Amino acid sequence: MSIHISQIDKTYGYKGHGHTRALEPIDLDIHDGELIGLLGPSGSGKTTLLRIVAGLEQADGGSIHFGERDVTHVHVRDRRIGFVFQHYALFRHMSVFDNVAFGLTAMPRAQRPSSGEIRTRVMQLLEMVRLQDFAERFPAQLSGGQQQRVSLARALALKPDVLLLDEPFGALDAKVRQELRRWLRHLHEELHFTSLFVTHDQEEALELSDRVVVMSNGRVEQIATPDTLYRQPANRFVFEFLGDVNRLEGDIEEEVLTCGNARVAVPGVENGRQELLLRPHEIRLDEQPNARAHLPVSVTAVVPVGAEVRIELEADWLGEPWLATISHADFERLAITRGKRLFAQPSRLHRFDTPRPQTLAPLSVS
Amino acid sequence: MLRVGDAPRVRRLLIGVALALTGLFLLLPLVAIFAQALMSGIDVYWQNLSDAYTLAAIGLTLLVAVITVPVNLIFGVFLAWLVTRFEFPGRRLLQTLIDIPFAVSPVVAGLVYLLLYGRNGWLGGWLDAHDIQIMFAWPGIVLVTLFVTCPFVARELIPLMQAQGSREEEAAVTLGASGWTIFRRVTLPNIRHALLYGVILTNARAVGEFGAVSVVAGAIRGETNTLPLQVEQLYQDYNTVGAFTSASLLALLALLTLAAKAALEWRAARREIVT
Repeated sequence: MSIHISQIDKTYGYKGHGHTRALEPIDLDIHDGELIGLLGPSGSGKTTLLRIVAGLEQADGGSIHFGERDVTHVHVRDRRIGFVFQHYALFRHMSVFDNVAFGLTAMPRAQRPSSGEIRTRVMQLLEMVRLQDFAERFPAQLSGGQQQRVSLARALALKPDVLLLDEPFGALDAKVRQELRRWLRHLHEELHFTSLFVTHDQEEALELSDRVVVMSNGRVEQIATPDTLYRQPANRFVFEFLGDVNRLEGDIEEEVLTCGNARVAVPGVENGRQELLLRPHEIRLDEQPNARAHLPVSVTAVVPVGAEVRIELEADWLGEPWLATISHADFERLAITRGKRLFAQPSRLHRFDTPRPQTLAPLSVS
Repeated sequence: MLRVGDAPRVRRLLIGVALALTGLFLLLPLVAIFAQALMSGIDVYWQNLSDAYTLAAIGLTLLVAVITVPVNLIFGVFLAWLVTRFEFPGRRLLQTLIDIPFAVSPVVAGLVYLLLYGRNGWLGGWLDAHDIQIMFAWPGIVLVTLFVTCPFVARELIPLMQAQGSREEEAAVTLGASGWTIFRRVTLPNIRHALLYGVILTNARAVGEFGAVSVVAGAIRGETNTLPLQVEQLYQDYNTVGAFTSASLLALLALLTLAAKAALEWRAARREIVT
């Protein structure tokens, strides 16, 4: 079931008192079977948008369609959505079985399946979330990950057209999170529902989503596939939000940026004061400067854990320290220790003050 | 580091003092009530108890409780639901207003009702013209008791419902449940312990209220005397044994209330351990 969101906006509070603009008019089209991540910092309006799609909150204006069906003024109980809450919101006084069965048993008598059918359906769902042995337990007796799986089974019991998840893995520890993500992706491919989930975790959004909607201050900053989002951020906010960022500020004259005793070639950039950004993996380290980059730095911290080595760099000409990630091979070749003096060589620099973001390659000869 | 309680001698002293004070101020009066009531033997006790006026007082007290408790139960649940589940202008004011009956002396409450519904009161003329008697009759007693006991249920529920939040109810509504189903199957089971506790407190106060009731009851023997008023009147008549007999009934009710409360707390604690 596709979802069409058109000109949805929302303001909280009364005029003058606690007045907050939560959503600027938003348009969003979600295709049938897509898994969409709403990504943004807290207060960006992503949860508000999700709750409006669910019908748990009313928009001030605009419309929402599920397929051809206009659901803008349809009550949440009639929207046929499944909703998964951040803190599970399981019914604490009901067993796991009764939790999952709730939607079926709450149906009007005329439509309600027989108790035998309910039993079969619930056990099927519990099997799907691998909790068939926990049917008689109470929520408080389960771990966080198990509770969230019950919550998913409960949301899927009524075969909703649309599955909405509000920070579904936010309260879980890293390992369980990873596992549940993979499992949700798998489930999504198998059952082919349309889903929309909210997260503030960039990695989660990029890993799980077919497309990501990046939001800030109640506005959509960019809608794109994870790959496009990372390689071609639409603006500075998206670039900064999607990963670690290093800053380089200086005066540019004749295509060379100077900052204290540091300088680097910036082909094609006009004269004046400029701030350029670069990712940690876009920094190379060497023992000698070269003709195009003379950026002396000293190593202040080394974290050799994981696939890459994370290195913190400082210099007089830097306002705040840089973070560089280099390969273990380079790390060993340069014999990097704390206090070592090196030269940084940016393979790419990004600027966002132009109408279209620009990427420079200072090391390649133009 | 040495805390006050760490020295065994100090600890024993503190415990001793606490126990002695409890015994002196709480337990001794309770024992005295029953001792006084049974002073002239069990036969006299029964005789006092089966006195027509006393029986009437018991009946009236039960009537007041039977009306007050359900009304305030429903009112309290509505109020708590409203205050914790909806955002509206004046919500905080409403939460403060709930406490008026706690803040005001019951005698003042009685006087206010007298002012409103009494013969010379604001509504008195209209009531009189329609031949409705509220003051100096059981409806007045019920009204002031309702006023005095109305915060108990709401006060028990509001903090709990605030802490629990509305997520479970939201979950239920996304699963297609109707408002009544949500209340019956989600809200009510979550608040039932606090609700029962609120009912117990409401009942205790409804049965034992003296100040407000004494203003509006008019002390008509066998008609508008509730048990607490009956106790006072018997005592004024120098019928000490009779007064204490009625008082022992109230004390007994209090003990039952405490037992019910303890049982509830014990069950709640056990549930915590299980889950």
